[in-house]
Amino acid sequence: MTDNPSPVRRHHWIVRLTHWATAVVLAGMIASGLQIYQAYARFGGRGGPYLPSPFDGTHFPHFARLGGWLAGALNWHFALMWPLVALGLVYVAYLVKSGEWRALLFRARDVPGAIQMAKYYLRLRADHPPQGKHNPLQKLAYTTVIVLGVLAVLTGLAIYKPTQLSWLTTLLGGFQAARYWHFWIVWIFVGFTITHVILVFAVDPASLRAMLTGWYRGRFPSHD
Amino acid sequence: MTERGRPSLDRRALVKLGIAGGTAAFAAACGWDGGNLVRPALLDWSRVNDWVGEKIFFSPTRLARTYDPAERSASLPSYFISAMTPMLEDPPSWRLRVDGLVAQPLDLSLDDLMRLPRVSYTVKHHCVEGWSAIASWHGVPVSAIVERCRPLRSARYIGFASFDAGYTNGWDLASAMHPQTILAYGMNDNPLSPAHGAPLRLYSPTKLGYKLTKYLVSMTFTDRRPGGYWEDQGYPWFGGI
Repeated sequence: MTDNPSPVRRHHWIVRLTHWATAVVLAGMIASGLQIYQAYARFGGRGGPYLPSPFDGTHFPHFARLGGWLAGALNWHFALMWPLVALGLVYVAYLVKSGEWRALLFRARDVPGAIQMAKYYLRLRADHPPQGKHNPLQKLAYTTVIVLGVLAVLTGLAIYKPTQLSWLTTLLGGFQAARYWHFWIVWIFVGFTITHVILVFAVDPASLRAMLTGWYRGRFPSHD
Repeated sequence: MTERGRPSLDRRALVKLGIAGGTAAFAAACGWDGGNLVRPALLDWSRVNDWVGEKIFFSPTRLARTYDPAERSASLPSYFISAMTPMLEDPPSWRLRVDGLVAQPLDLSLDDLMRLPRVSYTVKHHCVEGWSAIASWHGVPVSAIVERCRPLRSARYIGFASFDAGYTNGWDLASAMHPQTILAYGMNDNPLSPAHGAPLRLYSPTKLGYKLTKYLVSMTFTDRRPGGYWEDQGYPWFGGI
């Protein structure tokens, strides 16, 4: 790690709390979701046609499932959806109120910087481009994951209440299509999390401590 | 914090303990149903979701989307809890008993039911497992029965009972009074088949399939929430969609 004598205050306690609590709740949502999935492990109405999916008929391993059986998993899923939505709302409300959203929201002007960052990661550029609190690719990733969170909740509501919220179910392409997207968002979340953890350790390990204690003493101390 | 930016050892240890504890707890939770400690709490919370489903999402007037009969699914899985398809020994003697907290108990034959107002619609069926299928249903609205049996003020629920190995369901009155909640004696332009609940089954596009009692023998108006076959095993009681 680069020596940097002056630590900067990086993450408010609301950000740290919602970050870790969301990680735990999301893991529970995914595990109970995989248990629910195997009750009907394909996408499409009875008799088809079915939407293309490599997970047709897949039963996920025991350790990856939560709830024991369909009813148990549904009860976990429908209980955990409350803290998941609450944490998301608290986090976004904090971003808006604190103005922190400016450091996270990916905007059109971030496109050139994102290309430079991509070049750096692809070894087409030797030096790490200068950045503020987050680089443009991070902004893109964090903006995307928030949008995905919103989509996960909307597709979830569309398959939870397809009659009462039929406008939403129809908007998302119908019950089975909404189920399909609800399932695929999981794998984008999983991919995001794996990339996120790898980059934390490979590029900026100091950011892990910052997310735990709030204080950052690493390579990218400046603020936006 | 002892010094600006330097977390104390205690705090660091606490964080480590938290990470280790959290990971261990999560590993222990894998493939788990919650155990005797968490399961009751989950069931209690499920009642909160029932309340939200009933009081916030459910609308007594909003109608489910209907489809063209040409859009019917090729098949609708049949389902019952008996070992074999439940069948009546003497179909003509079958009656639907309407009793409990009502001013006028009823004993209705299939002919009686067919003389009442008839409703037909083609809707999407949603199973709790995640599958769906489109089919047409023909029958008499539960509201037409309610009009004739005149429930007492104290009646808040209806218990539906069947001759399928004691399969039952409990319904709230508002869902039962929904214009698309019917006692179906026909499916896809044919009389209801034994595989799908003949002679009479409950049908509604506002609830999941397991709430739609087949092989009906009685509907009993009560002031206490009746349980049900799957509901008593942990499935959500309201089951509204």
